[in-house]
Amino acid sequence: MAVIGVRLSRPVEFATRKSIRVLEHDLLVFRRGWFNYLLNGLTQPFMYLVAMGIGLGLYVNKNGGTPGGVPYLNYIAPALMVTQAMLAGAFEAAWPIMAKINWTKTYHAALNTPLGAQDLLAGDLMWIAFRAALLSMLFTTVIVALGAASSPLIVLAVPVAVLTALSFAAPIMAFTATQEGDNGFNVLFRFGITPIFLFSGTFYPVEKLPLFMQPVAWLTPTYHGVAVARSLSLGQVDPFGTAVHLTFLAAVTLAGFAAARVTFRRRLVL
Amino acid sequence: MTNPANTTEPQIHARGLTKRFGTFTAVDAVDFDVAPGEAFGFLGPNGAGKTSTMRMIGTVSPITAGTLTIFGLDPAHHGAKIRARLGVVPQADTLDEELSVLENLLIYGRYFDLAWAESRRRAKELLEFVQLTERSNDKVEPLSGGMKRRLVIARSLMNEPSLLLLDEPTTGLDPQARHLVWDRLYRLKQRGVTLCLTTHYMDEAEQLCDRLVVMDKARIVAVGSPRQLIDEYVTREVLELRFRRAEDETDDSAHMDGKLEGLADRIEQLPDRVLVYTADGEAVAATAYERGLRPASVLVRRSTLEDVFLRLTGRSLVE
Repeated sequence: MAVIGVRLSRPVEFATRKSIRVLEHDLLVFRRGWFNYLLNGLTQPFMYLVAMGIGLGLYVNKNGGTPGGVPYLNYIAPALMVTQAMLAGAFEAAWPIMAKINWTKTYHAALNTPLGAQDLLAGDLMWIAFRAALLSMLFTTVIVALGAASSPLIVLAVPVAVLTALSFAAPIMAFTATQEGDNGFNVLFRFGITPIFLFSGTFYPVEKLPLFMQPVAWLTPTYHGVAVARSLSLGQVDPFGTAVHLTFLAAVTLAGFAAARVTFRRRLVL
Repeated sequence: MTNPANTTEPQIHARGLTKRFGTFTAVDAVDFDVAPGEAFGFLGPNGAGKTSTMRMIGTVSPITAGTLTIFGLDPAHHGAKIRARLGVVPQADTLDEELSVLENLLIYGRYFDLAWAESRRRAKELLEFVQLTERSNDKVEPLSGGMKRRLVIARSLMNEPSLLLLDEPTTGLDPQARHLVWDRLYRLKQRGVTLCLTTHYMDEAEQLCDRLVVMDKARIVAVGSPRQLIDEYVTREVLELRFRRAEDETDDSAHMDGKLEGLADRIEQLPDRVLVYTADGEAVAATAYERGLRPASVLVRRSTLEDVFLRLTGRSLVE
């Protein structure tokens, strides 16, 4: 039995070891710019939360407030954390990946080593998860410092934000591998990512959207990520709803990953 | 599986090797073997199929038909295992501009599963070998073309490969940089590393290759050592004659007027000169002078691979 176990686990184990090498590459690059990145990761949430949560919140709270009557700052803080992770995930899966495929072609250099296309994909997805986790932890720190979290469960919103980031990164990586340049990204961000950021229940409930737009909002991963993160931060968790939301996010991520495996192979192995 | 004791087994073995992209045939049923320690060259014009062949050997491009083994292994099933023992210098540098010179090598060593300390040791040694030690901590972007090329060669050696694939290793380099690269490749060859390279520089092929194949339009059209190819396809010497041409003359035939009749193995008329292929250029030049031929300039030179190449692949420009 033990022998069989080793035989079965070895290829799997080595596959992950190879993708971790790709993650190491990204960390080596990160070593140069980490301080500015972290500083940015603290100042951005602070400015957003002060401007929108506290500033704009004054008017919202005076004029009927949010559903459930929670302060506007507490309402949007977890949502902004999720959308920030989502934007980072979408961005990192677009331009930097295009550079590695088509501009500096460093993927092609890596493919001359024992690494394969799926290792590059898995490694860079891990890297995006790492960045999203880092940003979300910093965001959480600011939220807590401003007293904008109603429940310690906010800590669990970090992995939710990471999953939301991956649900964008995986399909966009699949898309990137089909592109020749960055023209497609401009269209994707203008007509896809930006509207999703604005209209997925981030700043107000989707129930306030025109009726025909509501089902569209439900189909975006952001809507689901925001719903879970918000319920955790407000301490109003609905177990069944949470399970549905997380299943949706995981399904989109896995579908994107499966598609990216195909497009990466097609693009990099000719 | 390979038997490590059997050192005469070819490192690369190809029979009927074919690569098609849709309906386009890039490599059309080529046969060749590369022996351990040999320097083997693919010579050919652009689009002849050299790079496609190299990519198949590098296991990054699946073969369409035929057989191909590298170290006795099938690339379709043992790609990662083959690549672990292979060094690759691609046509484009593909260096990481976000990393320093040293870091480019360090991470590449990690891709081959070297420990950090071992990767660092080899990286430093190789930077010494390619004379880039002073640039270790610099970014890659400001390096000259020759330096980048040397760095790519250093990178390809991080896994101490027994077979090195080089796709146009000196294209675009100035003469000094080319000679430095040749010198390093020659040293690697002396250490027993098998070299497999593509080039369209004849002097490079003559300098480096023990044996080479000439490829044209996806096929191998000639095979042999540089000397064998010259002996087989051209004469020992070439006599180049230039004439002062009058306005209304379109070629030099009026000047020659049959005066070279019976003197040469082959005569080639080019727009600006006449090439006379012969074993003894001086003798032909003297005889032609006696017969009254008065060229504006006379040059006798040894035949080179370039003459072979042009003979085999023609003079029309390949775009």
